[in-house]
Amino acid sequence: MAIVFPTPRRLGWRLNPVGLVAACVIAFWAVIAVIGPWITPHPPGEIVDYDFFGPLSAQFPMGTDYLGRDMLSRVFSGARYSVGISLAAVMIACTAGIVLGMSAAVIGGMTDTIISRLLDAISSIPSKLFGLVVVAAIGSSIPVLIAVLAVVYTPGSYRFARALAVNVATMDYVTVARARGEATIYLIRAEILPNILGPVLADMGLRFVFVVLLLSGLSFLGLGVQPPNADWGSLVRENMGGLSFGAPAVIMPSVAIATLTISVNLLIDNLPTRIRDRSE
Amino acid sequence: MNLAEIRDLHLGAVTDSGRKVEIIKGVSLDIAPGEIVALIGESGSGKTTIALSLMGHVRQGCHFESGSVTVDGTDMVTANETARARMRGTTVAYVPQSAAAGFNPAKKLMDQVVEVAKIHSLMPLDQARAKAVDIFRALALPDPENIGDRYPHQVSGGQLQRLAAAMALIGDPKLVIFDEPTTALDVTTQIEVLRAFKSVMKNGGMAGVYVSHDLAVVAQIADRIIVLKGGEIQEQGSATQILEAAGHPYTRSLLSAFKPDARVARAQDVDQLGGIVLAADQITAGYGPVDRHGRPHKIALHQVSCNLERGRNLGVIGESGSGKSTLARCMAGLLPPVSGTVSLGGNDLAPQVQRRSKEELRRLQIVFQLADTALNPAQSIGDSIGRPLRFYHCMKGGAYDARIAELLDMVRLPGAMRHRLPGELSGGQKQRVNLARALAANPEVILCDEITSALDTVVAAAVIDLLKELQRDLNLSYVFISHDLSTVEAICDDVMVMHHGRVVETLPAAGLHQAARDPYSKLLFASVPKLDIGWLDRLTQDPDFTAAMAAR
Amino acid sequence: MNSKVLSLIAGRIGVALVTLLIVSFLVFAATEMLPGDVAQVLLGQAATPEAVAGLREAMHLDQPAIMRFLGWLGGMAHGDLGHSYTNRMAVSELIGTRLGNTMKLAAITAAVAVPVALSLGILTAIWRGSLFDRAVSTLVVGVISIPEFMVATLAVLIFAVWLGWLPALSFGGSTDSIWDILRAYAMPVITLTFVVSAQMIRMTRAAVIETMKAPYVEMALLKGASRSRMVLRHALPNAIGPIVNAMALSLSYLLGGVIIVETIFSYPGVAKLMVDAVATRDLPLIQGCAMIFCLGYLFLITIADVVAILSNPRLRH
Repeated sequence: MAIVFPTPRRLGWRLNPVGLVAACVIAFWAVIAVIGPWITPHPPGEIVDYDFFGPLSAQFPMGTDYLGRDMLSRVFSGARYSVGISLAAVMIACTAGIVLGMSAAVIGGMTDTIISRLLDAISSIPSKLFGLVVVAAIGSSIPVLIAVLAVVYTPGSYRFARALAVNVATMDYVTVARARGEATIYLIRAEILPNILGPVLADMGLRFVFVVLLLSGLSFLGLGVQPPNADWGSLVRENMGGLSFGAPAVIMPSVAIATLTISVNLLIDNLPTRIRDRSE
Repeated sequence: MNLAEIRDLHLGAVTDSGRKVEIIKGVSLDIAPGEIVALIGESGSGKTTIALSLMGHVRQGCHFESGSVTVDGTDMVTANETARARMRGTTVAYVPQSAAAGFNPAKKLMDQVVEVAKIHSLMPLDQARAKAVDIFRALALPDPENIGDRYPHQVSGGQLQRLAAAMALIGDPKLVIFDEPTTALDVTTQIEVLRAFKSVMKNGGMAGVYVSHDLAVVAQIADRIIVLKGGEIQEQGSATQILEAAGHPYTRSLLSAFKPDARVARAQDVDQLGGIVLAADQITAGYGPVDRHGRPHKIALHQVSCNLERGRNLGVIGESGSGKSTLARCMAGLLPPVSGTVSLGGNDLAPQVQRRSKEELRRLQIVFQLADTALNPAQSIGDSIGRPLRFYHCMKGGAYDARIAELLDMVRLPGAMRHRLPGELSGGQKQRVNLARALAANPEVILCDEITSALDTVVAAAVIDLLKELQRDLNLSYVFISHDLSTVEAICDDVMVMHHGRVVETLPAAGLHQAARDPYSKLLFASVPKLDIGWLDRLTQDPDFTAAMAAR
Repeated sequence: MNSKVLSLIAGRIGVALVTLLIVSFLVFAATEMLPGDVAQVLLGQAATPEAVAGLREAMHLDQPAIMRFLGWLGGMAHGDLGHSYTNRMAVSELIGTRLGNTMKLAAITAAVAVPVALSLGILTAIWRGSLFDRAVSTLVVGVISIPEFMVATLAVLIFAVWLGWLPALSFGGSTDSIWDILRAYAMPVITLTFVVSAQMIRMTRAAVIETMKAPYVEMALLKGASRSRMVLRHALPNAIGPIVNAMALSLSYLLGGVIIVETIFSYPGVAKLMVDAVATRDLPLIQGCAMIFCLGYLFLITIADVVAILSNPRLRH
């Protein structure tokens, strides 16, 4: 007798090969972000080669940077900043956005109008500009970066969650619960949240991509993670001098960003339709 | 020689989860020239899919597997897209279920009606326009010369449906497909549309395929009826044959469900009469922004009053926009009225649900029309039913489990179903769960808002029987809101007719037709289709009815 | 055009003005968050207390923040954006000399990106699922998923380093001939076009596909209309509103892109001015530049909304 395992396939959670590869790449960078500093072949801050902007070689698989430091080590240790800061920011942004969005949808009326108007105003400031202004005013540190990124992406998450929640809030089961006399908090927790969770999580993934891009953009402008630490955007910035002769040190950190962001996009595109469908 | 022949047609579809299913399982049928054939069946029976296959069209996600569909000598399955396009509009034409969605909102009606002539270069445009006006006139559309200059959102639903028919008829097709063309219409509008369709089809000598779930409607217009279920033909025969001598048990169940047993007055009713349990007094309510006098922009109810006696049922009947659902929302406290009061057992209730006590809320429960949206898809059946137990009665543990099992049993569902999710249940089962959830509160009154309207006839009849049984066992009173006269007659003691937010009159359910005094209620009652082939013709020859229609 | 449409549009413009007010407050508040005494920071630790006090007064720092906000707002209304901390020049003058350059860059990019993106967006929607669609869509996802500076570095690597067609990073070299100017603009415009077009293609494609799903398009099919007729006569006229809306929204991505592009290519525009101002903490200049960008952004978003209102046939007739 064959033993039947509840594999993802049996549960209808089929992930096609593209999605699988994407998931593996994401998992790889997640692991590197955690254990990166312990597995770097060289200390990331140490000058290991006389040749700056060195080419790809067996010893330095990603070449060396403008001071002759090992790029592989620097990219691996940069993963912690790029992934960590972005993840923290997206968590805060989406939690705030979803809670506010559901509250606005359930309560409605003036509460809805005020929250919507305020967040609309925040999203009327171009994201990079917002980062620029805040960092110019109070300087750059990791908590400030997380806060800026979270504030920039809260309105988008809010709008998405609110649109979904408004649709759910008109459903008869929510009306039945209202007529039963349920409190707002119960409506949000038990009736709305479970029914928007799938699309909201998918949206969170997309927003994570935007956060990674904005963080690396700010770092590239010198407003993100400050030396001696470096995320992937800062690595591109400090090695820009090598661009005119095509040094790998300029390209490798960009490639790292691209593998992560493209994988997240591909994973979400290839999610089972029943999660994604409702998000469209 | 038949105009259209379908031979052993198989159609497949791919579901969301990627599974392949067969939706049409070997259907064969013939349509003779000038013959009107009805495809009848419940949702999911494949009736629309078969009708569309006559145009060589399949919806997204479906595909032809085998078999042939020959129309006027051309096999629509094997023909290429150009050949199919040449047939569409000229040989086979289509009238959609929702004309409102079928018309392009950005273009004038006339341009869309004559488009078929333009696409196939049938005639000069001026001639096509003149022909369109003739068809408008034949379809009894108001102001036929100028109605074509309007945009789709500027005409009513019934008019739009007739304009959609005009759009189909302009190319003189040999076969017209009507896809549930009157389902979305009110009964009094349905009559006009049906009458118009019937006269143009008869005069034009065209063949037709009429897709519907409503046997009474089909009986008026079809020569032959084909009964479908689950993608297979159950029975076919002439309209008279099917209505009077149905052979197949499924057809017979459709017929018997059409006319549920009328409520028999019961002896114990008299004992249970315990005064008025729910009353609405002079309720005015509406939607939209409120003006200086506290009156909302759009008034939906004008000083509506009604009484529900304990152990009896009040039916509220009316067409869309009559305010019947608004009345239920006011009673449940979901929409606070501008003026007037709702009282339960003699005590006035607060207008807003938030200000009513838990006990008051418990005694009055509401059940909604769409079983699909009335259950939280993320909650198991047990949790849905159990929530009122926890909320009103603070039940837990063994008593809680036992009560859920008892409630499921009450609505004739297996106890194991408590672990299922709503998505795994059929429409009828979901509606039973809805009822069980309302019963969990131990209510005195249940407001039923169109609870059988979205169900297939057979299933709806079973739900009605269940309601009657529950009433007998639990001493309930129902307010039963519906647009469907036969269900209201089947369960209610009194019937209140509403129109444009006002009460027209309240009548005893037994002998509605004889008791009706108001012209509108007479018209409404007369407009409900009957399982009788000559009904429409007799009705339209009735001078009283024609006068009432004109006065509407 | 009727009064309902006009009142809707007026309402939308009113919302835009209110938003602008909130935005200016946010920009002002953000720059006010600077910890410590601005005058002290500006003059350095060696400054005498008298000098610091003098500067504080000159900068009105002794007034409450709300008064300074109102004063700043009032000044802005008259085109007075204050004076730069670093070189005492009027901010409006500094911006004025650079604004033309940025507008030029944006205009050239729009002129290239809009026709390209529009046709690609519509064609991919019509041939949905074809090889062409999949190729373009993959490229679009790729461009959207990578940072703007990566697009720029790739452009430099391809066109300057490997092909050697264009100068790498030198902007402001000789501008004697038209050829030189073209070469100078090519790299920033290519980069920006990629960034903006990707957004525009994606949104246009989505808008057209959404319209193609409408029942009246299926109805046209059942009337025997050809595929081109379904698209050109039925889908596209109804998709114009969403498409223009998508155009305006994706043009707003120009603003984000322009900051990176001007920095990389040392292009003498407002964005470069602002990034430099951040480096020197020149707050009045930052405020001025930020307001210019927000104004542009809000303008595009409002245009998008107004077009959406105008394109609704139920409101028009």
